[in-house]
Amino acid sequence: MPKVHITTSINGDATEFLCEPHDTLLDVLRNDLQMTGTKEGCGSGDCGACSVTVDGRLVVSCLVLGVEAQGREIGTIEGVGNSDKLSVIQEKFLEHAALQCGICTPGLVVSTQALLTLNPDPTEAEARYFLAGNLCRCTGYDKIIRAVLDAAATMRGAA
Amino acid sequence: MAVVDYQAPSSIEEAVTLLAGSDIKAKVMAGGTDLIIQSKSQTSEPLRILDLKHIREMLSYALSDAGLSLGPSMCCAEFTALDDVKAWYPGLIEAAYLIGSTQVQGRASIGGNLCNSSPAADTVPALMASSAKCLIHGPEGARTVAVEDFVTGVGRNCMQPGELLQRILIPKPGVGTRDAYLRFIPRTEMDIAVAGAGVSISLDASGTCTAARVAIGAVAPTALLVADAAAALVGTQLEEAALVAAATAASNAARPITDRRGTADYRRQIVGVLVKRAAVIAKQRAQASL
Repeated sequence: MPKVHITTSINGDATEFLCEPHDTLLDVLRNDLQMTGTKEGCGSGDCGACSVTVDGRLVVSCLVLGVEAQGREIGTIEGVGNSDKLSVIQEKFLEHAALQCGICTPGLVVSTQALLTLNPDPTEAEARYFLAGNLCRCTGYDKIIRAVLDAAATMRGAA
Repeated sequence: MAVVDYQAPSSIEEAVTLLAGSDIKAKVMAGGTDLIIQSKSQTSEPLRILDLKHIREMLSYALSDAGLSLGPSMCCAEFTALDDVKAWYPGLIEAAYLIGSTQVQGRASIGGNLCNSSPAADTVPALMASSAKCLIHGPEGARTVAVEDFVTGVGRNCMQPGELLQRILIPKPGVGTRDAYLRFIPRTEMDIAVAGAGVSISLDASGTCTAARVAIGAVAPTALLVADAAAALVGTQLEEAALVAAATAASNAARPITDRRGTADYRRQIVGVLVKRAAVIAKQRAQASL
């Protein structure tokens, strides 16, 4: 099967890759581009661990084909912050201990960023509904929601 | 199925030509939230995917005196943010908002929900309640089918090989006409309907119901339009007795199965409750539009 040549943008960087037509965007990110910040949980769109943005819209990368990235702008956890400079959302997740095993965390951080871009001042209920597709089996969610709301307040204050 | 080829046609005509002329099994894809999962199934039958999201009209919408003309591939996240559509069809927006998570709504479309033809598809009863029609394009030309005639069985619909859903058309609701959709799941988010109900109510200035449509989901192999339930509402002021009669008619029309989401008896009962509650919401919206 011939591989398909894809030209795309990931976190603002022009990127090219070759992929099979059946490869998901998640496969490409992790296996071909070594961008392993995006995690695979269920592989069927139920857990949100592989959340990324495509043209600014939040999606699960396990339900996007790699070939669909052609000409799009992809946003991943690697674009949110790095170990030298964490984003406010990441700092607040640490401060509130909003993670334990950490597998869901990149997806939650990406989803939180998407939430706060759309709605800088979410109520707790709005935050919980928006993030309902990001499953966490460790924390019980309360610390995550506290971190999200604190990040929102901090970002509004900084704006 | 195994995806061996991906094409992104830029026009309906090109998509229909590719679909009809494919030498291997070909399927059109909108958001892919069902198709990509299905393509990972055990069988290795080669599959060609035709991505419809590069066809502008598949993603567009227009509101006019004729009503809503919706590109079936528009994702639900975009659709549910359309305030002008919500003003006319709040029930359909409610149904689209119930499909999966924020992330799934970023991909999943109403056309895909319809064409996947699951008995539990949330938008199908809502579309039926609003008298939606499907414009289907194929090698023989275009044809129009009412939503209640579109889905024919579990995972089955009336589309012939080579055909694709080009447009969803919903008549403009008159003054005094509005819809509502409710579904029941054991939690508040991220689950598949145990039962669902879409209701459209038309009121005259005196508050008498002049027309109604009642559709129920997840309680039969396909969503059902329940004429008896609508008839129980027409001519009444939607008082308790009329609502109970509509609920009973819906429960009687249901032909549910027992599965891990609920027993048949439970579904039959709960679908009546949903019809009653959705009718009350639709009535309130219809009154507000007078």
